[in-house]
Amino acid sequence: TSIERVKMPEADPSERRRSFMEVNRGLTSEAAMTEASRCLDCPTPTCIEGCPVGINIPKFIKNIERGEFLEAARVLKETSSLPAVCGRVCPQEKQCEANCFYTRKLKKPAVAIGYLERFAADYERETGNISIPKKAASKNKKIACIGSGPAGLSFAGEMAKRGYDVTVFEALHEIGGVLKYGIPEFRLPNNIVDVEIESLKKLGVKFETNFIVGKTATIEELKQEGFEGFFVGSGAGLPRFMGIPGENLVGILSSNEYLTRVNLMEANKEDSDTPILKGKRVAVIGGGNTAMDSVRTALRLGAEKAMIIYRRSEEEMPARVEEIKHAKEEGVEFLTLQNPIEYLGDNKGYVRQIRVQRMKLGEPDASGRRRPIPVEGDEYLLDVDTVVVSVGVAPNPLIPQSMPDLKTTSWRTLEVDQESLQTSVPFMFAGGDIVRGGATVILAMGDGRKAANAMDQQLSKNLESSVKE
Amino acid sequence: MNKVVRKEFFSENVVCLEVEAPRIAKARRAGHFVIVRVDKKGERIPLTISSADVDKGTITLVVQRVGVTSKKLTDLEPGECVADLVGPLGQATDVKKVGTVLACGGGVGVAPLLPIVEAFKKAGNKVVSVLAARTKDLIILEKQIREYSDDVLIMTDDGSYGEKGLITEGMEKVIAREKIDEAVIIGPAIMMKFAAEVTRKHGIPSIASLNTIMVDGTGMCGACRVTVDGKTKFVCVDGPEFDAHKVDFDEMLLRLNGYKDFEKNAYERYNRMQQ
Ligand SMILES: Cc1cc2nc3c(=O)[nH]c(=O)nc-3n(C[C@H](O)[C@H](O)[C@H](O)COP(=O)(O)OP(=O)(O)OC[C@H]3O[C@@H](n4cnc5c(N)ncnc54)[C@H](O)[C@@H]3O)c2cc1C
Ligand SMILES: Cc1cc2nc3c(=O)[nH]c(=O)nc-3n(C[C@H](O)[C@H](O)[C@H](O)COP(=O)(O)OP(=O)(O)OC[C@H]3O[C@@H](n4cnc5c(N)ncnc54)[C@H](O)[C@@H]3O)c2cc1C
Ligand code: SF4
Ligand code: SF4
Ligand code: FES
Repeated sequence: TSIERVKMPEADPSERRRSFMEVNRGLTSEAAMTEASRCLDCPTPTCIEGCPVGINIPKFIKNIERGEFLEAARVLKETSSLPAVCGRVCPQEKQCEANCFYTRKLKKPAVAIGYLERFAADYERETGNISIPKKAASKNKKIACIGSGPAGLSFAGEMAKRGYDVTVFEALHEIGGVLKYGIPEFRLPNNIVDVEIESLKKLGVKFETNFIVGKTATIEELKQEGFEGFFVGSGAGLPRFMGIPGENLVGILSSNEYLTRVNLMEANKEDSDTPILKGKRVAVIGGGNTAMDSVRTALRLGAEKAMIIYRRSEEEMPARVEEIKHAKEEGVEFLTLQNPIEYLGDNKGYVRQIRVQRMKLGEPDASGRRRPIPVEGDEYLLDVDTVVVSVGVAPNPLIPQSMPDLKTTSWRTLEVDQESLQTSVPFMFAGGDIVRGGATVILAMGDGRKAANAMDQQLSKNLESSVKE
Repeated sequence: MNKVVRKEFFSENVVCLEVEAPRIAKARRAGHFVIVRVDKKGERIPLTISSADVDKGTITLVVQRVGVTSKKLTDLEPGECVADLVGPLGQATDVKKVGTVLACGGGVGVAPLLPIVEAFKKAGNKVVSVLAARTKDLIILEKQIREYSDDVLIMTDDGSYGEKGLITEGMEKVIAREKIDEAVIIGPAIMMKFAAEVTRKHGIPSIASLNTIMVDGTGMCGACRVTVDGKTKFVCVDGPEFDAHKVDFDEMLLRLNGYKDFEKNAYERYNRMQQ
């Protein structure tokens, strides 16, 4: 226990703040093996309790320690379909690593579980030794998966392994959901997601892009075409605005629009036809991962001043700790305990200033975080030329609108059985952000697996009873 | 990949394209639109489905060349493909029997107007259409509009065809002559703004179909937002049609210009490359 926790090699802040290169460079084999040796292989590994999908953490780590990197990757894939992604974007400090023996009992930095997970998955991918899981005999049953985010991808993979004929329908022209259009290249390079998609194709999963279920074809029509089971992983893609005066001025956009223009449409590249506002003074409203991704994107598009405006203090920020640290190193300014209350524009309708209200913290609210309250009369004007609003998302209404039988909650998420993830329509299951609201990649992925398990059981039971009849 | 099967020039800068899209042809209703991406580096742009042939599995788009994407699209020849085509998007027109409908189309706005005129006529309404453009060559789809209209009035700014004058003058003329129960207004934002003032003055319920800037067209980005009756709406999912008297056209006009400099530069660059 005397070895220090490994440090992730990072691109130099002065260089990376103007480039879309990946910030975290990955561990060397030696560093990974040394870090792996810190893991005590606890008899009751509490770290596993912290992982939403229950990855066998000591088992994969001990394989790394022994230099059995491919075996480590195989262990990961027993439970996770996207380890290269989760190793990069999981909020580990709140999940597995928060529950490591080091953190809990020794009050020392946790084993770097996320870094090691990424290492094993990257090793497998880079050496070209990707194991394609064994496939059960074909069941001759067509399954539809709506949405190609992490929930949909993991569902599709699981069902394909079990011998089902799976088609993934995706509204956009790219596969991957938020992994493609939301999370930027400097955090999660697109090619990593593409490799996972290739593996799914090898498993026999079919993809139909530019297909909006409920619009291009209804669920009823797909049923008539022979689809027997449906999984809804349509995400929480609707941007929220604050509804304050001036919010529709030119130059104020949602983080979804800002990130989509760059990540999906590649508007940062010379040869792309899609325009993007390259603001010099950019304010991003919010304190989550999406806000951090937007503000760091603004820097990379050439902003001289890139600012986060957040109504609580840094302690309450929902963004991953690493993202906040990286943003600061790159020169992002944090205006905490401040909140925009009005936008002021010029005569052409472009935003020029924000009226900012200073805030203080009051009593804790339902979420347990201290509630921000305005300091009356303490306001000022901030000069800006671009504003990115990143104050949360709402569930995608397309599927519920097209299926009146589908029960939704007061949050407009889909109502499901907690165990099976079955919706109020028996042949439909759902998971990920459409059920949870804005959550995480690993939770979405876990839902996909869980739903696949339940749907497989249901369909197999149907099969048995029809054989008996 | 969707193949272009037919191409026809309605005027120098207005092109009609028939594109393979069997599912969309079947699912679409009047008022729906699609999002098209011409090639791998292309932008996503919204275009109204002007008509569809379910048997052939095709939809018809009428495209006016205004910038890079519409130019690239209208440069395609039959046999070539667009990279991506998705739809049908938006809410379909609420077509009812109301009596007499005044259909007002300005410029390329006549393309999205056509399916709506057809639907209102088939629902048993009397339809009077007013088509307007700067000059004769820019009047499009006149024959098709006539097929579903009881009467058609043509207005040109320069008097080269039909009557000389703005669309609002043509509208006033029809309104003075007969009782109008509902108006449909489609065209450039500035035209819709003034046409809506005319029907407001006469107390005629009116819908306008808005052509804001869009990215995804599925409600995900908010680029298309407009203020209607004091509330923010997303044109791609809540529209594209709204009560013309409640739309904040001034705000919409400003938002349409949001990327103007970029678009102008890109168009000049593209044209230089073509030479
Ligand atoms: C910018 C950003 C950064 C984030 N950073 C992190 C992070 O660091 N760590 C983390 O764990 N989580 C992060 N998250 C959250 C995480 O990405 C989501 O929780 C996760 O992607 C949800 O997965 P999903 O499969 O439910 O939905 P999504 O990834 O949203 O995918 C849904 C897909 O369904 C498609 N779709 C919707 N309706 C239809 C339809 N009717 N027909 C066909 N297709 C349809 C959509 O186009 C979309 O592609 C971030 C989110 C954002 C936006
Ligand atoms: C629901 C909907 C339906 C539409 N249907 C049709 C149609 O059937 N036929 C058709 O030709 N066009 C239609 N449009 C408009 C069309 O989408 C735009 O003309 C197109 O996006 C321009 O792209 P571009 O790259 O060629 O030009 P850009 O380079 O993007 O723009 C060139 C010039 O056109 C202006 N402009 C950009 N977008 C629009 C817009 N949406 N409306 C008006 N002016 C704009 C810009 O300010 C700029 O001055 C529709 C728009 C919407 C929202
Ligand atoms: S999936 Fe996420 S929570 Fe689970 S072990 Fe990996 S990094 Fe930790
Ligand atoms: S709790 Fe920490 S030390 Fe123990 S097995 Fe898990 S990772 Fe290893
Ligand atoms: S175009 Fe993105 S929300 Fe309407």
